[in-house]
Amino acid sequence: MREFWIIFKQAFASKAKSKSFIITTALMIAVIFLLANISKIIDTVQDVTGTGDTQSVLQVVDTSGMLVDRLEAQLSAGGSNLTAEEAKESEKVLTDKVSSGDIDSFLSLSVDEQGTIHANYTTMSMMDFSMPQRIQDALQSIQTEMKAEELSLTGAEVQTLFTPIQFEQKNVSPSAKSEEELNQARFLVYVLMFVIYMAVIMYASMIAMDVANEKSSRVMEILISSVSPVKHMFAKVLGIGSLGILQIIIYGITGFIALKTSATEVPGGFSDFFSIKDVSMSTLVYAAVFFVLGYFLYATLAALLGSLVSRAEDVQQMIMPMTMLIVVAFIISATGLSNPELGYVTYASYFPFFAPLVMFLRVGMLDLPMWEPLLAIAIMLLTIFVLGWFGARVYRGGVLMYGPSRSLKDIKKAIQLGKE
Amino acid sequence: MALQIENVTKRFGDFTAVDQLNLTVDKGSMYGFLGANGAGKTTTFRMILGLLNANEGQITWNGKTISYATSPEIGYLPEERGLYPKMKVEDQLIFLGELRGMKKADAKKAIDYWLERFEVSQNKNKKVEELSKGNQQKIQVIAALMHDPKLLILDEPFSGLDPVNVEMLKKAITDFRNNGATILFSSHRMDHVEELCERLSIIHRGKQIVSGSLRDVKRSFGRQNVRIRSDHDLSNLDNVRGVISVAHSVEGAIFQIEDEEVANDLLSAALQAGPIRHFEIEEPSLQDIFIAKVGKEYA
Repeated sequence: MREFWIIFKQAFASKAKSKSFIITTALMIAVIFLLANISKIIDTVQDVTGTGDTQSVLQVVDTSGMLVDRLEAQLSAGGSNLTAEEAKESEKVLTDKVSSGDIDSFLSLSVDEQGTIHANYTTMSMMDFSMPQRIQDALQSIQTEMKAEELSLTGAEVQTLFTPIQFEQKNVSPSAKSEEELNQARFLVYVLMFVIYMAVIMYASMIAMDVANEKSSRVMEILISSVSPVKHMFAKVLGIGSLGILQIIIYGITGFIALKTSATEVPGGFSDFFSIKDVSMSTLVYAAVFFVLGYFLYATLAALLGSLVSRAEDVQQMIMPMTMLIVVAFIISATGLSNPELGYVTYASYFPFFAPLVMFLRVGMLDLPMWEPLLAIAIMLLTIFVLGWFGARVYRGGVLMYGPSRSLKDIKKAIQLGKE
Repeated sequence: MALQIENVTKRFGDFTAVDQLNLTVDKGSMYGFLGANGAGKTTTFRMILGLLNANEGQITWNGKTISYATSPEIGYLPEERGLYPKMKVEDQLIFLGELRGMKKADAKKAIDYWLERFEVSQNKNKKVEELSKGNQQKIQVIAALMHDPKLLILDEPFSGLDPVNVEMLKKAITDFRNNGATILFSSHRMDHVEELCERLSIIHRGKQIVSGSLRDVKRSFGRQNVRIRSDHDLSNLDNVRGVISVAHSVEGAIFQIEDEEVANDLLSAALQAGPIRHFEIEEPSLQDIFIAKVGKEYA
């Protein structure tokens, strides 16, 4: 047991003390604070540069002759920084000006015999979405007013026309959550799913890399002459796993502090995230469970694969199949975010290599009976156990194997060597 | 009877890596283990360390089989450098020392002592990859010696070192032997083996083709060398009966002969060609024996 902790400590400390780890962690902390305060930062930048708050003037060619003033009134009533102004030039001149870039856009307005407003917005910019929308909204209200006058309706009468119906959705499926819960859950699940995905992929390849490095630098020979390869493997997996958990806890705390200290409120998002309700509490617990299990599953696989190569350069190629598995898991769960009740999502959630992401998605988004996540957890535990047992056998031989091994066929060779 | 290898055979599939190996290394002695690349040396070492199991025969250390429990008593220096390139020398040695059962404080003391002794104290806080090849080898040797092992397995300990450093390391290793350690030592440098080892084995393609004490090995080889220095042409001596091979040089020639009788014939033949300046009958060097047994392709 003593050797186990020495290897564990070494795997943990040598990584934790490494420059790359410290820099990555510091960088991530900075990014988290930056993101949490992004709107504040943008506001400050805009205050300084003065952009975003400028008064822009829209040139309007109005054939009816009565719309410009109403549009102007409507826009200013809406608190917009946009003002409409009767154009002095003809439509053709303005079109030329737009295409030459002298002005951004202009609007031409007319009213037909039915009293319907026809508007034509001319611009060069493909990305101009908000301005036309605002103008359209304003014109819509003007048209409503005009029609109301025509029908001699009062303002209150017009209001009643637009009274929304009271619509409520109720899902009687036993696994469904209410729409409100679902929206809350979706964000939380998405963030955590991403964390699990990133962490598993990152730390698993870190392990494979570490093992291959120890082999290529031949430290392995010395290590396994004082500690059994199996102990070495599990100590390494556990050591780097603890490092991963530490890193994620650091990020979690950072994120929490960053959001608490920043004034930014993302509607329906971050604020719900931390108003720990029953839903998010259990989701967080599941996230932790699936992270740990997912990590061990992939880390054991990574250690096994890492033991087969003798040069660090070959690691990426060797762990490719593993990376594919986790990417597929991510894609399935990402598509499942919008509809977690899809058939293939349900089936995939029991497949051990997909379960960490897919079952977590389902358990976070749906009200599942307890046995479903438990079954997936049991399947994963069993797989980890089998993989650990099998991995240990491969590892025993793999670490002694040198040469151009780059394919999974070497697993057989490694087991053979491990037995001897 | 410290380290005992009895009738050990190791097969990988159809390939026999080590075939019926027998050797005994006594306490306080040093055993030379020679062989060309791929002869089965590393496989033998791995079997001694317990990393591989023998198909036949057994390996014992003080009467017990070697396991992880005995690992603190063993010091192993692998042929290729086995250190973390990115780790600092001290951290690395503490880690390896702890793995061999040392306490951290003891490890630190030992590290200071050995770094001082090998004159590399200034490298204590450097990363291994920053060191020269020779200095890396010194660190490697420290890793094998620092926990004061009773059984030392040294695979090419002097590779990459200059003559001054070779002497320094030789001294350290002979000190260990004098303090009662059992040492198994492999090298391609026959002169080192000749100088350090009382007993030796040469293995070739897994088979032990020569073994015994240095003196017996030399004596049983039979052939001797005759070194003649002369200003005259010695080429007609090549055909003297009993001469196995000749190496001519500017100063004269070295003849490998079947037995001592031939030396007399050579002397008279040389004197016929003209006066000679030097005549000597030499014992065969280990190098000669190795080449004769293992084959010229290795030299």
